[in-house]
This record gives sequence, C-alpha cells and structure tokens, in this order.
Amino acid sequence: MRKDMLQGTLDMLVLKTLVFGPAHGHTIAHAIEKSSEDILQVEHGSLYPALHRLEDQGLIASFWGTSENNRKAKYYRITPEGRKHLASERNRWEALVRAVGRVLGPQTE
Amino acid sequence: MNWRRYFERRKRDEDLAHELEFYLAHETDANMELGLSPREAGAAARRKLGNATLLREKTYEMNTIAFLDSLMRDLRFGLRMLRLNAGYSAVAILSLALGIGANTAIFRLLDAVQMRTLPVERPEELAEIVYEGRASRSGHFSGRRPMFTSAQWQQIRTHQQAFQGLAAWSLMPVDLAEGGEARRAYSLWVNGDFFNVLGVKPLLGRLFSEADDTPGCAASGAVLSHGFWQREFAGRTDVLGRTVTLNRVPVPIVGVAEQSFFGTEVGRSFDIALPICSEPVIRGENSGSKRANFWWLAVAGRLSRGWTVEKATAHLNAVSPSWFAATVPPMYRPQEANLYRSLKLRAQSFAQGVSSLRREYQQPLNLLLAISGLVLLIACANIANLMLARATVREREFAIRLSIGASRWRLVRQLLAESTVIAAAGMLLGALIGGILSRALIAFMTGSLRNLYVDLTADWRVAGFVAALGVATCLLFGLIPAFRATTNDPAEALKSGGRGVSGSRERLGLRRGLVVSQVGLSLVLLAGAFLFVRSLTNLMTLDAGFQKDGILVAQVTLRGLNNDQAPALRNQIEARLANLPGVAAVASASVVPLSGSVWNEFVAPGTELVEENEQNLSNFTAVTPSYFKTLGLRLLTGRPIESRDRAGSGLVAVISETFAKRIFAGEKEVIGKTFRIPGRPAETARQFEVVGLVKDSKYYELREDSVPVAFVALAQNETGLPSFVLRGEGTSVAALIDGVKTVLREVNPNLLVEFSTMRSQIDQSLLRERLMAHLSTFFAILAGTLALIGLYGVLSYAVARRRNEFGIRMALGADRGRIVRIVLFEAGLLVACGLALGLAGTLFAARTAQGLLFGLTPNDPLTILGAAASLSLVALAAAYFPAARAGRIPPAEALRNGE
Repeated sequence: MRKDMLQGTLDMLVLKTLVFGPAHGHTIAHAIEKSSEDILQVEHGSLYPALHRLEDQGLIASFWGTSENNRKAKYYRITPEGRKHLASERNRWEALVRAVGRVLGPQTE
Repeated sequence: MNWRRYFERRKRDEDLAHELEFYLAHETDANMELGLSPREAGAAARRKLGNATLLREKTYEMNTIAFLDSLMRDLRFGLRMLRLNAGYSAVAILSLALGIGANTAIFRLLDAVQMRTLPVERPEELAEIVYEGRASRSGHFSGRRPMFTSAQWQQIRTHQQAFQGLAAWSLMPVDLAEGGEARRAYSLWVNGDFFNVLGVKPLLGRLFSEADDTPGCAASGAVLSHGFWQREFAGRTDVLGRTVTLNRVPVPIVGVAEQSFFGTEVGRSFDIALPICSEPVIRGENSGSKRANFWWLAVAGRLSRGWTVEKATAHLNAVSPSWFAATVPPMYRPQEANLYRSLKLRAQSFAQGVSSLRREYQQPLNLLLAISGLVLLIACANIANLMLARATVREREFAIRLSIGASRWRLVRQLLAESTVIAAAGMLLGALIGGILSRALIAFMTGSLRNLYVDLTADWRVAGFVAALGVATCLLFGLIPAFRATTNDPAEALKSGGRGVSGSRERLGLRRGLVVSQVGLSLVLLAGAFLFVRSLTNLMTLDAGFQKDGILVAQVTLRGLNNDQAPALRNQIEARLANLPGVAAVASASVVPLSGSVWNEFVAPGTELVEENEQNLSNFTAVTPSYFKTLGLRLLTGRPIESRDRAGSGLVAVISETFAKRIFAGEKEVIGKTFRIPGRPAETARQFEVVGLVKDSKYYELREDSVPVAFVALAQNETGLPSFVLRGEGTSVAALIDGVKTVLREVNPNLLVEFSTMRSQIDQSLLRERLMAHLSTFFAILAGTLALIGLYGVLSYAVARRRNEFGIRMALGADRGRIVRIVLFEAGLLVACGLALGLAGTLFAARTAQGLLFGLTPNDPLTILGAAASLSLVALAAAYFPAARAGRIPPAEALRNGE
C-alpha cells in the first residue's frame, strides 16, 4: 500500500512537471527537487523506471531531441490521457489530504 | 506478459543507457559550472543518479518475460555444449532418432490399418450385416468378403427395417488385357445406392444411382477410382464417355470417385466400380450372380434414426428364419438345407470397414510396436548414461555454481534444456526416418499384390505420438542425470579437485544398473528375433511334399470356350509345352497347391452314408498323368494317374496318407478300395477306385497340418481350362515364360495367361513371417549395438577412474594380464546380471509371440540359449577394448598424475 502510494505520488509529480512543456529526464528530476523545496530528495535514477512505466501506460510520450548544450536527449511530453490521469489523481490526493487532516485535527502543541 | 515489450527489450535497454549517459553528462556539466573539478563533478553526478546498472536491470525485468528469457538462454547454452561435444551429440541424437523413427514407422502402419474410420460420411452410423457364428455353407465363394448370394441380397433389401439405406458390394479381379498376358485390375461390384449411402462424391462425371442397377442391364457404365484414373488415364479430364475394356467387354466410363474413397476394405483399393446387374455381361461364363449358391456380396448400411447396432441385431435375428427359408439353394441336399435354414444374421459396426490386413497384421504390428518401444528404451538408457558421464566431468562446474548461489532447480533446468535440444533433434530426425521406414514397410508388404493400398498420410494421432515420444524420452534420459548431477555437496566436490567424489561410486552404480537393464532388454529382443527367424526358416525349408523350386504355373483362360472344346485344347497346349527347350516336365491341374484355390468334397468310404463333418471333408485336384513326375510327389504304393484313365473308363483316384488314415481309418491295404462323393439333388453320386497312395503334401498353405487330398484324373473330371505346371531345367524363368507365351500365341491368339512361380507364391504366403523375421532382427541388432555402446562407455569410464589404482597394482607387481582380467570380470558380471534379467523377461515376453511361431515353442531352450550366447560373445568383444587399454596403462605415469 505504502509503496503504491509513493509510486503514485512520483507519477503525479512527473506528470505535473510535464504540464508546463516537454522536458528530458534531467530537467524533470531537478524540477521536482526544486519545486518541492528539496523535501523530496530522491535518487534521481529512480525517476527513470517511473518514466518508462508511464510511457508504457500511454500517459506520457517520448521523442529524441537536442538539449540546450547540444546533446542528444530523450524528451518526454504529457499526453491527453496523462492530463486526465493527473486531474483524477489530484482529486484523489486532495481528498486524501483533507481526510488525513481531519483525522489528525488541529495541531495541539 | 507483453510480447511487444518482450521483443523490444534490447532496444529499450539501449535507449535507457543513452538516457542515463545523458543525465550524467548534463549533471557533470552543471556541477562543473558550480566550480567542482571534473573528477568531483562526475562522481557527484553518479552519486545523484544512484546505481545505473541496477536501474537498467530493473527496467529490463519490467520488459522481459523472465522465464522465457532464461529458457532461451539455457537452450542456446545447451546447443553450444552439444556443438562442443559433437561426437557425443551425434551418437545421442542418432540413437534417439533411430528409436523414435522405428516407433513412428510402426505406429503409422497401426494408425493407417487399425485406427482410422472409413473415408465416408458419418462412418459411425454404418453397420454391416454378418452371420452369427461360423455359419458354414457350401457353394462357390468369390470376392474379398463372400457373405451373401444375389437372392439373399434381394431378400435383405426388400424386407429389412433397420437401415435407411443399404450398400452391397464385392471386390473381384477383372482383366484389362485385350489378349495375351492378363493384366489384373480390381472391380468393385456395387448396388445402385452404394455411393449414395456411403456419401461418396464424384470427382468427375457422376456416380451410380438406382437406375444404373436394374436386373438384366447391359455393361452400361463404370466409375473409376482416383488411383486407377491417375494410373491408366494420367488423370485426364476427357475420360468421360471413353471406354475401359474389362474381360474384353468395352464399358463406358461415366465418372471418377473422389480421391479419399479407396473402397470399403482398409488395405485393398478398388480400380473400377460397376453396377451389380452388369456382372453376367462382363464376367461371361464365370458369372455367378444368378447362381443360388454363389456367395459373393457383402452388405452394410446406414442405420435409421434411433436404431443402434444392438437393436438392428435383434431385428435381423428375428427375421433370419423367414429370409433363409425363402432362399435355400435348390441344389442343396436335405442335410445342407436344414443347416442353411438355421443360420442367423446380426449387425456389427462398420465405422472402420473390414480389413483382412487388419486381422492378419494386428498382432504382428502390436508386437512390433512393443519391440520398437524397447529399442527406444535402450536408446534412452544410453543417452542417460552419456549424460551421467558428462555430468561427472562437469561436477566441479556445478559445485562452483551451487556455491555462489545458483539454485538447484536452476541447474536442473539448464541440464534439461540440453536434453530438450537432443530430444527435439532426435524427434525431427526420427519423424523423417519414420516416414521413410513406413513407406518401405508398405512396399515390402505389397510385394506382388498391386492393389494393396494403405493411406499413410500423417494425421493428428501420428503427430501426437511423435511429440509424446519426444517429451517422454526427454524426461526419461534428462531428469535422472539432472537431479543426480546436482545432489552433490559442493564443498566435497570442490575439495576433491574435480577428480570425482566419493559419491560417484553410487553414481557408477546407477550407470551399471542402466547397462544391466540394456543387456537384459537386448536379450529379450535378440531371443525374439531368433524365434522369428527360426520360425521363418522352418517354414521355408518345410517339406511341402512336392518340389518347390523351378516350378512355373501358367493359368490360361479363353473367353467363350465351352467345356466340350477344353480337353482337346488342353492336350494340344500340354503337348506343345512339353517340347519347349528347358522344360523338364509339364502337367495340368485343376487346382495347383498353394495357389489359393480350393476344391473340397465330403467323401464316404465304400457305399456307407456318413454325416457331413470336417472329418470326412477331403481336398481334391484333377490332374494329368505327368503331374506326379512334374511336382515330384512320392508314390508309396500302387500307380499314379495314367493316360488310360480316360473319360468313360472307371473313375480312379490317388490318395494321400492322411486321406487313407481319415477316410479308411488307417487300413493298411487301400489299393482297390472305393469311396464316394455323395450326389446333389440334380446329380448322381460318383464312386472312385483308389489306385495309388502318395506321401502327404501341402494343399492350401504351408502352415497347415497334414490334410487329406485326392488326386483324380483330369480326363474324367473336366472343368474348363486347367492351370499348366512346368518344371524348368537349366533355363531362366523369364526364358520359360517367353517360350510359353510364344506357344500360346501360336495355338490361339485369344488365349489369356497369368504366370506365377511356386517360389513367389510361397514367399507371398510367408509375407507376415518374413516381415516379423526381418524387422525383429533389425531391431535386435539396433538394440544390441546400443547396449554394447552403453557397456563400452561404462567400462571405459570405470577404467579411467581406476587408472591410479591400476598403476599402483602394476607397480606392486601385478602383470598386465591380471589388470585385463579385472576389467573383463567386471564386464562379465554386468553382462551376467543383464542376461539373468533378460532371461526372465524373455520367458515372460515370448508367450505373446506364440501364435506367430511355426515349428517351435516360444521358450525353445536352444533359441534362447543361442541368443544369450551370441549376446555375451559380442559383449565381451566390446569389453575387450577398455580392458586392453587398462592393461596398457604405464604405471609410472598413472602414479605421477594421481594424487
């Protein structure tokens, strides 16, 4: 369960990052790290199996392009299904956060 | 499982590698911009990324199908190992292929002869009408399945209620030649509804309908079989409307039957189908369809809806009395008529048709399948043995793999993959060999029977059988060695430095066990082969009572000849043949021995009336005076038939010893005694005087016991043209045949003749025996060879293992002879155990061959001992080589290389 939740979370973060436009693995990794204010300090490598899986599920698509410093790089972009998936995942996530927040109640200290 | 991903797995892995490389390069650049040195920058980038190899592996596992992947790898590895040991692989695959091939060949025959249904529509609905019990009845029997007369067929067809449609048929030879030497074809006489009831479709033109089969019809139409159409007309489509000449009567061709329909008897195909009603026109004076005691038709039908075979039998049982009462042949004596009226009919399934081939070859084929199964077992034992030997060589490799974490199952799987490669190769090659072998077998069985037809196309049963053999053998010779090889304690194996571990004593025990059982099985097969060969020899060298070599039989017919003209023509031909160069003697006979024809009559001594039973049934043949000289029959007392025994003079007979014993109750003096053939309603009894006594001779077949035979004068018992029997001397059969043909052409160009030699007739009649003798010998040699290879292998291995020990022995003073004797003793022990096992097996198995043996019992001690002796002899020869090698071991070297 826990593993599933974490994996789903990583998927959501990847999809969210790609909403702003196509990017390659390096950019995605750094974007997630930055925007989460360095809280999500994952090994950047673990991103790649996730990308692979998302592509297999048709939520993202890939193409080979040239990077800003002229290297051949694999770019990913979000697909329409990916957008739909992100929206529903986001709703689920927010519901979950609300529910957990209610259970924990206001901070007592 | 995702097949697309599976096939793209390599490409995807490369892509990922590129991506990770790109990440590292990019991250390193970024780090260097922050001021890190190139080395630190690279290291920091790698740290950030994590374990790249692990990532790739994880992704690869996502893409691949792990089981399939390792399987492919195992197979590739197996293939490589086999290529490295080409000799070993060749022996293994070849012996397996021979074993599987032999099994497949026999199974294909069994399948074709025994398991298939007739190639007609819904064969399971067909039932044949047959008699209850033996149903003996007298008269003329013609065709392959002479069950009913024409009158009975009419009775059945008009009064039965069990069938929605009936088919009646008879398969008989006809002659295609227009003159000269006869050219035989097989005619299938059928009723109008025959093809319709069986659901056979025409390929060209039309088949028959009820309108074609009306009493008194002309030779109005013929339907060709597909095979005949191809053979005689090269498959031309313009045959419709052309004619085919049968017994010199032209018959228009109206159609060709579909290819799959070969007839109603498995093993016999028909050439030309004709309506029953045209039989009198085409067969002329030989026609029998109008005679009341001419048995020639078989009848089967499609059961009506709701009827079963049992219900049909009940119906037939109930109506039998009235049917038989209505069809009593008028020439029957009262006793015969009573017997006839008591006959009963029943129904039996006809889904597979009838087959004398099936009846005759079922037991031999089943036995041969068992034999070839044993051969395969021996082959498997051999391969298992080779695998065990190789596993021992790889002991160290397995130990290392086990100790660094390979699971035992993983190793077993890999060894099994190797066996799978061998089994698959053996299976493919075996299927090929099986196809060739089964065709060769059919060719062998066909001999001179041109119309023996067996459909050998492989069906799902054959394919399944081969596949099952492949899997079973693979497990048999792969599993045991695989488990054996992986049970060792790796630590032990590594410690002993690859020289073999203590556990291998037990392993050698298993290999010895395999060799012992191989020798045992070989003995069973060899003894079986000896039995069949001796049985065949007994038959071949059997005293038939007459000369078997150099005898040519010419069967001459003349269409339209009436019986008054026959004697003169016969005398003319016989006289001319006697003058041919190279002819030592010539005679005529109405029935030639072993020709398949029979003339028998009930006889009674003196004037007594006797009951008609088998005890006073005697065979007859009418002969000319020179017959006894020509065939070399041995006269015991009295005189042979002579030229003074003419038409009109007193009827005489020369009788055989068994005739004297049976009919005259063994009285010493039989010359001058008389016997009678009781008359039929329309004729008077005939009384014969015995003038001579000859030694017994065979009449119908070689296997028969002594039978009574009476030789009567042809001049006093005319029956149309007889067969001419010639004994050649100093000339070839071909030259003799040419001479006879020339004479016949000169006498009358319309004469037709068919030749056979006594030898070829005997060979033909011993087909089954020859098949068993040849095949069982072939299999026994195969089995023996495989077993000897096994023995040789085990001994060689044992010698190699004891090299050190032998070195010490020799260093301590043992001479070479002693070392050789040690090895030979071990071989002797193995062979002796095998023989003991085999002896028990032989005594048990030989009984199944009882019915196929002639002139010896299944556990004939001489035969079995002979087999055991010859097997031990060749086994010791095979053992000699490893033994001699042991004797040549240089002691110093053996000790130096030892521990």
